[in-house]
Amino acid sequence: MAVVRFLAVRLMVYVLVVWIGVTIIFFVPRFVPGNPVEVMMGKLLSQGTTMDPVLVESMRKTLTELFGLEGTLWEQYSSFLSRVILTQDFGPSLSYYPTPVSMLVARALPWSLGLLLTALLTSWLLGNLIGLLAGYYNKKNLSKLIETGAMIVYPIPYYILALLLVILFAYIWPIFPFVFQVSGTPGSWPWIQSVAYNSFLPLVSIVAVSLGWWIISMKAMVIDTKEEDFVQYARSRGVSDHKIMLGYVARTAILPQITVLALSIGGVFGGALITEILFGYPGVGSLIYKAILGSDYNLMLGTISISIVAVATATLVLDLIYPFIDPRIRYK
Amino acid sequence: MRLIKPRLLVGIVIVSIFSVLGLLVPLFAPEDPTAWNTYFRNLPPSAEHIMGTNNLGQDIFWLLTWSIRNSLWIGLGVSAAATVIGVLVGIFSGFVGGITDRVLTLLMDVVIAVPSLPILILISALLGGKSSLWIIAGVLVVFNWPWPGRQARAMALSLREREFINVAGASGENTLKIIVWEILPFMLGWALANFINTILVAISAESGLAIIGLASLKDATLGTMIYWAMQHQALLLEKWLWILSPILSIMLLFIGLFLVSTGWSDYFATRRGRQ
Repeated sequence: MAVVRFLAVRLMVYVLVVWIGVTIIFFVPRFVPGNPVEVMMGKLLSQGTTMDPVLVESMRKTLTELFGLEGTLWEQYSSFLSRVILTQDFGPSLSYYPTPVSMLVARALPWSLGLLLTALLTSWLLGNLIGLLAGYYNKKNLSKLIETGAMIVYPIPYYILALLLVILFAYIWPIFPFVFQVSGTPGSWPWIQSVAYNSFLPLVSIVAVSLGWWIISMKAMVIDTKEEDFVQYARSRGVSDHKIMLGYVARTAILPQITVLALSIGGVFGGALITEILFGYPGVGSLIYKAILGSDYNLMLGTISISIVAVATATLVLDLIYPFIDPRIRYK
Repeated sequence: MRLIKPRLLVGIVIVSIFSVLGLLVPLFAPEDPTAWNTYFRNLPPSAEHIMGTNNLGQDIFWLLTWSIRNSLWIGLGVSAAATVIGVLVGIFSGFVGGITDRVLTLLMDVVIAVPSLPILILISALLGGKSSLWIIAGVLVVFNWPWPGRQARAMALSLREREFINVAGASGENTLKIIVWEILPFMLGWALANFINTILVAISAESGLAIIGLASLKDATLGTMIYWAMQHQALLLEKWLWILSPILSIMLLFIGLFLVSTGWSDYFATRRGRQ
């Protein structure tokens, strides 16, 4: 019974998150002064591209439909909801006409997910390991030094560090590329090498910042945990130091870190959007940026809606996995 | 009472320097720091222009202080509003309990989980760089009040059971009075740490938007300063002071605020523990 209730509550939050996010996206254009369709058309046409009248007309129609300006407000709203949640069909991209938005997003999403997951996992594992050691041996000077370093890096926003890395290592001392440029056929070894080389700086900028938090929080938790009764008992029983650290302290202290991992996905994703733009990394962030620069409303709506659904889903999945890892949780 | 830890002290010093730079110094600016061609372009640092001028003819030092000023005000404004709303809703929710509490908790959980940056990007993009700082600040408040809200609720829940609250309730005080006179003072210490964190979040979000050209570009903030420096080829022209001064300012300011916030939490926790 408790399991069912936990799942029900968690799913309800998920549905509400997606619903509220999508609803905001639906209403935002309505608060912008002027007819959004004409604003978009004006911008598109003023960019000097000559388009034949038929295409312009069809574009105006697509836009009107997409903005949901046909029919009553309720009809507009329900058709928009079903578009986002059921079909994920946002029509053709205007700047890459006639490629469908869903195809562009499908192409960009693996890049974003790859960067984000690699960064999150690397920093989580590394940060917790360093935090564990620093916390377990917290009397050592190195431990204090590490914490100071973490405290200095952690508060810096992702994109500020990204900007600094670009200036330092792509501009002043150009050992990394300024523009993201992958070569080779996808899947081949040279391709993998060039992806790794090009993704290095964006990855470092995200890892460095989030690493700080994992170190600080893990260290604090380990210091608390190692004084707890069950650890003292194990110590007096003569369990080896090594085993106490890994089997007793680490196993207990790591649990809250998993919850925080779930909570941090949204924030990291947001920060990564801007990091992608700064590095020209071919993920969803850059796609959103291209959509904005090109006044590509279809693409803008599509990418932003899909990123909200993606972040909410990732958080849900981690939240659902959590109870299986923590034996103390009984689906309360 | 024991001495304030060095960490907190360093933080206070950094934040004080920025407060003076941002809140007092701009009052003495000789000209409007954001106006173009006030001075000769690309002057090197000198006694008259301690950080030189950029290729828009602005004095970099005065521009920087003006940017710090605006960034600080955004942070302070958003954080004040979000903390007040969050703490009030949180206390109310935790103290009243029942179905109200469930609905409010759900609301806070949901708002926290909605990714705010994509929505901010959408709003700013539709306003085409013409969004005023007020709109950005308003959206930031909407997305940030649940963090203090959730913690205030947890505190209210535990405080509700304490003796002095029960006494007040039994002696016929009404709920509002109990909240204002008995619970709020208890939360102030914690609220300060949270207040500072929200300042960080707000300044960070605004400068993030600004760097990609989506904030209110007319107003000088640390973010828009970076944006304009990049737009006008500060890197190619090697105007390092122009582009690096706002970047380093954000880093230092954030480190300072973070040290104050964690240092204060520690200090407050130990002080409370000694009572």
